[in-house]
Amino acid sequence: MVAHAIFFYVFSIIAVISAIMVTVSKNTVHSVFFLILDFISISCLFIMIGAEFLGMIMLIVYVGAVAVLFLFVVMMLNVAQQKNQWFNSESTTSSHIPVGLIISTIIFFELIIVVGGWKYKPELSDQNTTQISNEISNTHSLGQVLYTDYIHIFQISGMILLIAMIGAIVLTFRRREGVKTQSYLKQISRERSEGIEVLEVQSNKGVKIDD
Amino acid sequence: MEYLNLVFEQVYKILFLLVPVLVSVAMIVWLDRRVWAFVQKRQGPNVVGPFGLLQSLADALKYIFKEIIIPASSNKIIFILAPIITMTLALIAWAVIPFGEDQVLANINVGILYIFAISSLGVYGIIMGGWASNSKYPFLGSIRSAAQMVSYEVSIGIIIINVLLCVGSLNLSDIVLAQQNIWFIIPLFPMFVIFFISALAETNRPPFDLPEAEAELVAGYQTEYSGMMYAMFWLGEYANILLMCALGSILFLGGWLSPIDLYPFNLIPGAIWLILKILLLFILFALVKAVVPRYRYDQLMRLGWKIFLPFSLTYVVLTASYLFYFNLLPTL
Repeated sequence: MVAHAIFFYVFSIIAVISAIMVTVSKNTVHSVFFLILDFISISCLFIMIGAEFLGMIMLIVYVGAVAVLFLFVVMMLNVAQQKNQWFNSESTTSSHIPVGLIISTIIFFELIIVVGGWKYKPELSDQNTTQISNEISNTHSLGQVLYTDYIHIFQISGMILLIAMIGAIVLTFRRREGVKTQSYLKQISRERSEGIEVLEVQSNKGVKIDD
Repeated sequence: MEYLNLVFEQVYKILFLLVPVLVSVAMIVWLDRRVWAFVQKRQGPNVVGPFGLLQSLADALKYIFKEIIIPASSNKIIFILAPIITMTLALIAWAVIPFGEDQVLANINVGILYIFAISSLGVYGIIMGGWASNSKYPFLGSIRSAAQMVSYEVSIGIIIINVLLCVGSLNLSDIVLAQQNIWFIIPLFPMFVIFFISALAETNRPPFDLPEAEAELVAGYQTEYSGMMYAMFWLGEYANILLMCALGSILFLGGWLSPIDLYPFNLIPGAIWLILKILLLFILFALVKAVVPRYRYDQLMRLGWKIFLPFSLTYVVLTASYLFYFNLLPTL
């Protein structure tokens, strides 16, 4: 049990410190790396409470895919220029601070409500949750509730993600003129008669090859 | 004291796994160069030691004694961290590979997801190395590599789903034991082919070695690295290749099971069979390197997203319908 407690505190301390570092560090790329560290330690905590499937999915989806995209976007930004704008500008009051404060207050109160309800009215949350037996692995038990009781919610969230994906593609898709693309079908179905032409080249006149 | 003993026992087990993996990585580099040479009618490394077997050891010594150069404008912490991450991730994934009925370091329920998660983390070593070098070629190489690894992970994930549909468990030992009657390479042969090609792309092997395409990007994300740090990238890469071969042999070639369940073959321990299968897959990897020319980047992306992804998704539907129709779906 002692080892369990030690590991718990190690992972949670890393998680909290890296969460603070995400907001504090001045280099945006470092922020993303701390965010990744945060995700990893949170997934370790998930595994420690026995939710191994959730922990691994957290690693695969958030660390393996989402954070890679974050990194891409952040690396493409001109970090040096932004640093000058945000941290070295003459006016010390940034316009980002009020917005951030409002959002963090809302999240703070939401957390208080959730934790308070959990603490003082435990029967409320018990009514809504499905009891999981310890005999089957938690991948099986997740599958059993996800594809039976919550199938509609599951499908709807899938549809929302699909729509978001299509929307993102439509927003960024543009047909550019003058770009040479390769059509495999065209290349394969080319005949000799279309590709080769025999010309009579007259002396001192030449032929026009390309048009 | 009892607790310390437990820790020592685990450390002993881990060393017993990692030291052979590292040694075999060195040997596999030699094998790779040797196969490559034989295809091109050359001799390959044959001077150091018998058949040149100690060539990798000599190379490693050379790397150790070389100076580690850290570029002045690089981001030093991340620059040093990148090869360490690559190598660590390539090694810790071996914890769940089963070498026999109970011969596995950590027999966890979500073994296959663990390997998948670790290999998806592998992209960070490359991105960090490329970004921290603060130089054009490494950055371009790391971006290419990251995009390539993320794309091919999707198709590997769907191929794994195909196998899992037939097994009904995420545990690697269960996956091997489910192949006692028939290896999955026979019913899922197209998936095996796609898995093999995706594994080539996932590990940045030729013909998909665009992140290190010499003609375009010098050495990709490794350009600024030297000495031991370069060697760590390189070790991590080959450990990853070995891991992909091990995963392929566990998913499709029946892991530690012997090909024929008859008397003389039963006596050979499972670990030997697994190693033979890994070697077979690795020799295929090496042959592909020698035979196939490098892909262009847009061809690579097209292959991943427009061919492999739809095809493996269709195969998931087919496998699921087949299993459902003939009532073969695994139960709890």
